[in-house]
Amino acid sequence: MSRIHVTATVNGDAVEFLADPRDSLLDCLRDQLNLTGSKEGCGTGDCGACSVTVDGTLVCSCLVLGVEAQGKTIETVEGLAKGAELHPLQRKFIEHAALQCGFCTPGILVAAKALLAENPDPTETEIRFWLAGNLCRCTGYDKIIRAVQDAAAEMRGAA
Amino acid sequence: MRYHAPSSVAEAVKLAAGTTGITRFLSGGTDVLVQLRAGMVTPDDLIDLKKIPGLHDITKTADGGWRIGATVSGAEMRRHAALCADWPGVVEGMNLVGSTQVQGRATLAGNLCNGSPAADSVPGMVAAGARVVVTGPNGTRDVAVEDIPAGPGRTKLQPGEMIEAVLLPPRGTQGGDAYLRFIPRTEMDIAVVGVGISLTLDGDKVVSARVSLGAVAPTVLLVDAAAKAIIGTTLDEAALAALATAVRAAATPISDKRGTAEFRKEVVGVLAGRAARIAYDRAKGAAK
Repeated sequence: MSRIHVTATVNGDAVEFLADPRDSLLDCLRDQLNLTGSKEGCGTGDCGACSVTVDGTLVCSCLVLGVEAQGKTIETVEGLAKGAELHPLQRKFIEHAALQCGFCTPGILVAAKALLAENPDPTETEIRFWLAGNLCRCTGYDKIIRAVQDAAAEMRGAA
Repeated sequence: MRYHAPSSVAEAVKLAAGTTGITRFLSGGTDVLVQLRAGMVTPDDLIDLKKIPGLHDITKTADGGWRIGATVSGAEMRRHAALCADWPGVVEGMNLVGSTQVQGRATLAGNLCNGSPAADSVPGMVAAGARVVVTGPNGTRDVAVEDIPAGPGRTKLQPGEMIEAVLLPPRGTQGGDAYLRFIPRTEMDIAVVGVGISLTLDGDKVVSARVSLGAVAPTVLLVDAAAKAIIGTTLDEAALAALATAVRAAATPISDKRGTAEFRKEVVGVLAGRAARIAYDRAKGAAK
């Protein structure tokens, strides 16, 4: 099986990797680029733990082939913090204890960031629908919703 | 599996014609890649359509309708204000497919080609009178959406044929459409029943209508008798009752884990009435 050379931009850095055509973008991020923040929960686009943005659009990286990333701009959870400074969403998730095992958290952070980029002041209903594709089996979601609302308020204040 | 990224439709079709094993066209991948992951279908040749210029565009056609390229995602449709204003029912059907993440990739053309009788985007397209541009080894043809599905997981597309674009007719004045589905939860589920309705008005009277049903037969249905039940009426109680009777008569559902046949027949009548009211109100709003 011949592997294909792929160049892309991940979290602002130019990257290149060799992808088997069957490898998902998630496989490539984790195994080739050592960006293990994105998680594989289901591998079939149901759980959202692998959420990333590709050219600004939120997708499940398990349902994108690595070879499709050619020339694309990808943002993963590793791109949220600026050095040691956490993104407001990350801080608010800690303050509100919006995680337990943490496996779903990277995907939810990326998905929430994409929501706030499109809608800085979402209602609770809008947040719940937007995040319906991010499954969490620990927290019962309420703390996650409150953390997103609180982060949104802070980001609006700062803007 | 060989991955191809052709730069034209002609090249894509030529590639497909030259393959001998299992071939799949890749658009959003939310079905094709799930089937690959699950080991259900491992293509020998995967032909990615997303590098083809023009397939990614939503454009107004010369007649005032819309051309939606085969690789346009649900998220892109939702963000297109003029398309949403003309065909809200088509867009809301597409937007019920999967999660936000799935919406970032999933396409109308892919949802149609997957061949599910419960495909949420298909009744809205059928009600709208949408057609698809099909290109294959024998050239390009233009086919009504309702003539594509052949049965669960099967289409009438010939080997090597692909859908280039979905064509929506001009909405015109005093037109409205709507899609409603029933699921036992609020999001992220497969339709137990779906209903798409498009109609046009002259004043308060319905002058044309198309009614399409999902998940109540082996394919999405276009029900002429249901359209006749509301054409010429002001969508009064008698018309809504006749509409419910007509869709229940046309439905031939199965009983499965998502609902019994009796339940589906009951619900299809209820949803048809509600969808007709929404389409009617949208048409009235458009007339103002």
